[in-house]
Amino acid sequence: MTPQAANNAIVSVRDLQVGFQTTDRRAIVKAVDGVSFDVRRGETFGIIGESGSGKTTIGRALVFLLKPSGGAILHNGVDPLAMPRQQFQSHRRDYQIIFQDPNAALNPRMTILSSVLEPLELARAGSKAERLQRAHEAMDRVGLPQDLGERYPHQLSGGQKQRVVIARALTLRPKLIVCDEVVAALDMSIRGDVLNLFAELQRDLGLTYVFITHDLAVVSHISERIAVMYLGRFVELGPTEKVSERPLHPYTQALLSAEPRPLPSTMRGNNRIVLQGEIPSPIDPPSGCRFRTRCQYAQAVCAEKTPDWRELMPDHWVACHFADRPNFSPN
Amino acid sequence: MAAAQPAQRGSEVVAGGPQALMSVRGLGIRFKTSHGVWQATRKIDFDIAPGERVGIVGESGCGKTITGLSILRLLPNNLAGLDGSIHFDGTDLASCSTREMRAIRGRRIAMIFQEPMSALDPVFTVGHQIAETLRVHTGVTKEEARERTLEMLRRVGIASPERRIDDYPHQLSGGMRQRVMIAASLICGPQLLIADEPTTALDVTVQAQILELLRDLSETSNTALMLITHDLGVVAETCTRMITMYAGEVIEDAAVDDALVRPLHPYTSGLLRSLPHLSPRHGKLPSIPGRVPSIMDMPNGCRFKARCAHAVAGCEKEQALLDAGNGRKVRCWRFRELDLPGALQHAATAPIAAMVASP
Repeated sequence: MTPQAANNAIVSVRDLQVGFQTTDRRAIVKAVDGVSFDVRRGETFGIIGESGSGKTTIGRALVFLLKPSGGAILHNGVDPLAMPRQQFQSHRRDYQIIFQDPNAALNPRMTILSSVLEPLELARAGSKAERLQRAHEAMDRVGLPQDLGERYPHQLSGGQKQRVVIARALTLRPKLIVCDEVVAALDMSIRGDVLNLFAELQRDLGLTYVFITHDLAVVSHISERIAVMYLGRFVELGPTEKVSERPLHPYTQALLSAEPRPLPSTMRGNNRIVLQGEIPSPIDPPSGCRFRTRCQYAQAVCAEKTPDWRELMPDHWVACHFADRPNFSPN
Repeated sequence: MAAAQPAQRGSEVVAGGPQALMSVRGLGIRFKTSHGVWQATRKIDFDIAPGERVGIVGESGCGKTITGLSILRLLPNNLAGLDGSIHFDGTDLASCSTREMRAIRGRRIAMIFQEPMSALDPVFTVGHQIAETLRVHTGVTKEEARERTLEMLRRVGIASPERRIDDYPHQLSGGMRQRVMIAASLICGPQLLIADEPTTALDVTVQAQILELLRDLSETSNTALMLITHDLGVVAETCTRMITMYAGEVIEDAAVDDALVRPLHPYTSGLLRSLPHLSPRHGKLPSIPGRVPSIMDMPNGCRFKARCAHAVAGCEKEQALLDAGNGRKVRCWRFRELDLPGALQHAATAPIAAMVASP
């Protein structure tokens, strides 16, 4: 969809759909419903959205932990699902994912070192000595002292555990890492350290990140581009500065204005847009524009016609019938 | 709230000014564990005036939640001791009888929690649960209780309350459940509402709705709010005063704007610096080195000194909560010499400035 797609896209997503059957098997929840984007090599691509928007589902589909029910995900221009099984298995090692809660991601009965070694063992990478060396390198890389290797997860702090999970993802030298709410469980004073680590690893190892979070401050700090998701679709996608300072979609505008700002009252301004109601059910989403039920600018056309995904400004995409009207934006 | 307390000489905090609704003095909580007795919090001093909105901030484990629970004496069974006093409108909650406590709890002091689903009983309708509080405390008739429940549901912004009153908790969304909890907590018209991370489980657009509601209700009914949170943004938007806790102690107490613009404690300043909102985009985020000392092994004197860039000889001495004038207090003996950066200095260069600048 984006023009410069083919050459520098490490991941290309085309009209992606992921559906889940409800437990009573009567309906399909379309968690992701027609999303297209490219992730460019070496960038950090941020996806923000509220709970139920489908952002985590996209993240899992990108590394094929979930199978798309429609559309395609290409890694480096190739569809991994078309690969023979064995090739697919080794291909996946280049695309890793890190989750929010390191406690759930680490086996409490395995030492830190054996957790970090496990991906290498599963991949049968090199000799035993080489595997050990690579595990130690990865721990070193994330700033974990080697003697922590003999300990168990409960003996580590939250920040250290998240570093272990990062080290484990690095052992197979991936090209891309999907980071799903990786700092949400960490305390404020530690969050900065872990975000700095991600930035440093990207610089040194040429990694590409897909950074999924509900936290606007985090995503706009770390990402080059941000996609805003609402009820299974992207509503806006563009360079971080543009999206966070000159948002085009009314939902992005509301999301930005709802973020509580740690600023004195004189600096906070009074431009809050308080949305009414909550995100509708993805089982039966509103017709046309999915945000129209909560949008202060909604017109009749918004219920009738699904807004096109348009590149309104260079590299800045939006799905809204009225985003190009000059009097529309509160800016 | 600066006017509520004239600047005092000396370092000792004088017990509750004439206007205080609640005065907490020397509050400390000890727990029995298999490893001995642990001091979770100590020397907690603060006041809350009627109708005042006070934020209690700090990271996990700093003792902010247990401080809220100790005011209502909702403490776990392994409690080893509750020290100090909690003077609330003439009663010492730390020493009053269980019977007196029960008359205050839910009626004059109410509390809401982070996760409304675990605070609501799934087998009763929300109307029943709200009315129950009222009927237990005031003995009004069933009809009147229902009437007042409907009115309360309307006040907390529930659409078509006649229909919602007979819903069960699972039929409501997360934001509506938190509104129901707020309705149940305010139905008896309490003088103080303790809200422990009331919006942490909610999405940011719903969070904005709930915070606005809490602010409005507190203003219109003159209910004091004690908002416990880790989110400095939430405090800045909702409260007038901010109490920062670290490792079981109050380390700073100031009007929100003062604390944000010119924090007096290095920890408060460090927290503000580590926020990505206030940092140049893609730059290195400042962080506080090290970690919170373990409850089993608390250092002498200042508990922050091992992580503090301004620590010098003398910080190992016991630190009192000093009066810094204009109703401000800080637990750092060097506060007069230090000139610490606050939110303002960072915001000028940070992305948030652009967000704020747009009218």
